[in-house]
Amino acid sequence: MTDLCDRPAHELVSLLHSGETSAQAILESTLARIDAVEGRPPTTAPYLEQPDDRTRVHAYIAVTRDLARQQAQAVDDRLAAGQDPGPLAGIPVAVKDIFCVQGTPSTAGSRILETFVSPYTATPVARLEAAGAVVVGKANLDEFAFGSSSESSAFLPPPGNPWDPRRVPGGSSGGSAAAVAAGEAVVSLGTDTAGSVRQPAAFCGVVGLKPTYGRVSRYGLIAFASSLDCPALVTRDVEDAALVLGVVAGQDAKDATAAAAPVPDYRARLDAGVAGLRIGLSPDYIRLRFPDPVSGELREQSIAPEVEAAVHEAAQALAAAGAEIVEGVPMPNTRFGVPAYFVISRVEAASNLHRYDGVKYGYRFPGEVTDLKDLYRKSRGRGFGPQPKLRILMGMYVSAEQYEKAYYPRALRVRTRIRRDFEQAFDPAGPYRLDALLTPTTPATAFEIGAVYGDSVLMQYADLLTVPGNHAGVPGLSLPAGLDRQGLPIGIQLLGADFHEAMLMRVGRAYESLTASAGWRRARPAVLQSVGSS
Amino acid sequence: MPDSITPEIFRHLVDLAALELDEDEAEYLRRQLNGQLKAIAELESIELDSETAVTSHGVPYPDAIRPPLRSDVVRPAHEADDILAQAPATEDRYIVVPDIPHTELE
Repeated sequence: MTDLCDRPAHELVSLLHSGETSAQAILESTLARIDAVEGRPPTTAPYLEQPDDRTRVHAYIAVTRDLARQQAQAVDDRLAAGQDPGPLAGIPVAVKDIFCVQGTPSTAGSRILETFVSPYTATPVARLEAAGAVVVGKANLDEFAFGSSSESSAFLPPPGNPWDPRRVPGGSSGGSAAAVAAGEAVVSLGTDTAGSVRQPAAFCGVVGLKPTYGRVSRYGLIAFASSLDCPALVTRDVEDAALVLGVVAGQDAKDATAAAAPVPDYRARLDAGVAGLRIGLSPDYIRLRFPDPVSGELREQSIAPEVEAAVHEAAQALAAAGAEIVEGVPMPNTRFGVPAYFVISRVEAASNLHRYDGVKYGYRFPGEVTDLKDLYRKSRGRGFGPQPKLRILMGMYVSAEQYEKAYYPRALRVRTRIRRDFEQAFDPAGPYRLDALLTPTTPATAFEIGAVYGDSVLMQYADLLTVPGNHAGVPGLSLPAGLDRQGLPIGIQLLGADFHEAMLMRVGRAYESLTASAGWRRARPAVLQSVGSS
Repeated sequence: MPDSITPEIFRHLVDLAALELDEDEAEYLRRQLNGQLKAIAELESIELDSETAVTSHGVPYPDAIRPPLRSDVVRPAHEADDILAQAPATEDRYIVVPDIPHTELE
């Protein structure tokens, strides 16, 4: 029998309501799994790798067992009293440690926030808790979400991929995706600024949903690039994504960018099928310009053949179920997503990181300083790791009047072009009239820990196929679509029109049904093979 | 291609960014920045007509989904002590900082 912690949330909620299990039993199953696969807790101490490190998952910066047990007890008490415990009652959630949770350390994976205890709770977390979810802990991530492998966290060992812990789980929401894949949480709240939920979801064989920009409030999310940041979800299946999005989405008086668009019942038409839907394929997501994995030189090339094959197989399956596949959809500005992101995200990050000064909160250099400016320099110099420093410096450079070659306004106009690609693809009166665009999520499957980290250009290009959706603000859904020859998960992506998450999940659900009997769906991550099933 | 970000420009950026760096770290960061600029230079190959507007947010916010402004009412905040408690150095509810660089005006 499948352990409780490996089941999807919608099944657990049903079991809970029928009295077949309790919130405490679900939580204890999850905590037992954490004990079995997690490994030593990450710290900011100088990192010396130990032999065991690359056999464990290290998904969490902090596991908040006591708080979780109180929350689970409260859910069981409400059930016993005949009260409605909420749509996510008893569901163990891992919260990416870039969301503030009142009374708990909220570190952003950075030494500069190591001592910060948040005085308030982020809106999406508050909504999860109000719906009965049980927060198990804070998931590890790239420092301030700056990365695609989770290796840049100040808290080490870095997370490992549950399918092969010598490899990265992706990033920046690497801890989130690893936790859900390994049964250390049932769902996770992450963020996606360039692909930071979709890419790790693809690497870890789980579902990743980046909603439309503005669909979910950013209040309490430690800011990286404010025009691109999106709270996003990691789940075990599409139905869970629909269940959780319904809880976290919607207007918020504390975030003026949280759209006042109505929140539909995302589960209402999940099983409506794909007959008659128009699903696009674009050659611009298969062959494009990105750095050669060996030489590092930018050149036009194709993505990994096995990933490309997974996209075509998915298209064939959907076509057989009645979808109309529209080939040759032009998305010519896809290749400019990363270069434009290098400019826009850095300018926004540099601005957002000015607040860390060693004065108001967080790390302050404890030694002698000559004056306030010296305190800033020493606190920031020691508090930030290399990734924040790179982002601040590049943000300064591309926005400084005396140096820039009008890079910033140029990047913002390129962003307009990227947006137009999507508008044209989804225009109901246009030539393509797509309901969804089907693409690979990543150019290749998970790489080894240490193989890319340190080369900030190569690392950024891991977001090649996900970042255009962030520039455009449109929703994206990454789905597991098989395993490569090395047994590593492959992800495919569905992109849709603004606020059309329900359509993406409907197509995603259909794909899940069509592939339900596929052999790869029965494969389990390597770290679970030594874990006994109860 | 010569580095766009020379050691001199880099020192200026570091000063603007208020970062104290050791030499090895500085050289690594400068090299990475110059590598990133090669990727950014891809943007120069795009022909943009003068009518292409800038996009600062991907998703448009038409009136139908634009949240209304909050009403202007006083709301007591109870977190002041929690917020102050996060400051690394305080005295009598003031945040303590070292000498602030300043110029005497005549």
